[in-house]
Amino acid sequence: MTITILYFARLKEALGKSSEQIDLPAGTETVGAVGALLAVRDGVWAHEFAPGRAVRAAVNQDLANLDTSVKDGDEVAFFPPVTGG
Amino acid sequence: MTVRIQAEDFDINAEIAALRAGNARVGAVASFIGVVRDLNDGDSVSRMTLEHYPGMTEKSIEAIITQARGRWRVLDALVIHRVGELNPTDQIVLVVVTSEHRGDAFAACEFIMDYLKTQAPFWKKEQTAGGARWVDARVTDDVAAERWRLKG
Repeated sequence: MTITILYFARLKEALGKSSEQIDLPAGTETVGAVGALLAVRDGVWAHEFAPGRAVRAAVNQDLANLDTSVKDGDEVAFFPPVTGG
Repeated sequence: MTVRIQAEDFDINAEIAALRAGNARVGAVASFIGVVRDLNDGDSVSRMTLEHYPGMTEKSIEAIITQARGRWRVLDALVIHRVGELNPTDQIVLVVVTSEHRGDAFAACEFIMDYLKTQAPFWKKEQTAGGARWVDARVTDDVAAERWRLKG
């Protein structure tokens, strides 16, 4: 199953990309599992997706948490806590 | 309701006039304008860049307004949030709520702003003498949003 991942703000700069499409391995069915997949990439990814890092997520443009399910075709976004207003 | 994300500045008089035009039930208009300051966390800020998540931003603010309408008697609501490059003294956000009475208008306006601060996907990056930096979220904003859970 394939999802689109978007990155914003500090994450986008640190990771050097704003979006990508990835094929999820079988069993990767939640936001937390996707984050864990990204955390095992090289240094900067491990740093940004380390446990305790302030990263928020959305699935199909709704705020999500680690347990939110992810399915084929979803748009998953990762970003720092918001600072608008 | 109206939600607009735009780079351009806004004219509060024109926006309020348009929001309440022709509606004689409106007895109260509450508004909030957020402005870019030249000082944050002790450093002087020369410029700011606002990034957002197109699509989700509008959707999340519409959801916040819908929540406000469920709690107070709101006739109409408008949110304009600017993105892109902004300078100190620039207007950054406008919230306007019309209602029959002031209590509903005040409360709904403050609620919308408090929730926007913690839920709408915008990110500020500041230019200071020491370089550019992303603004950290404030715990006080979470507290401001959270207190609405205790009320009504």
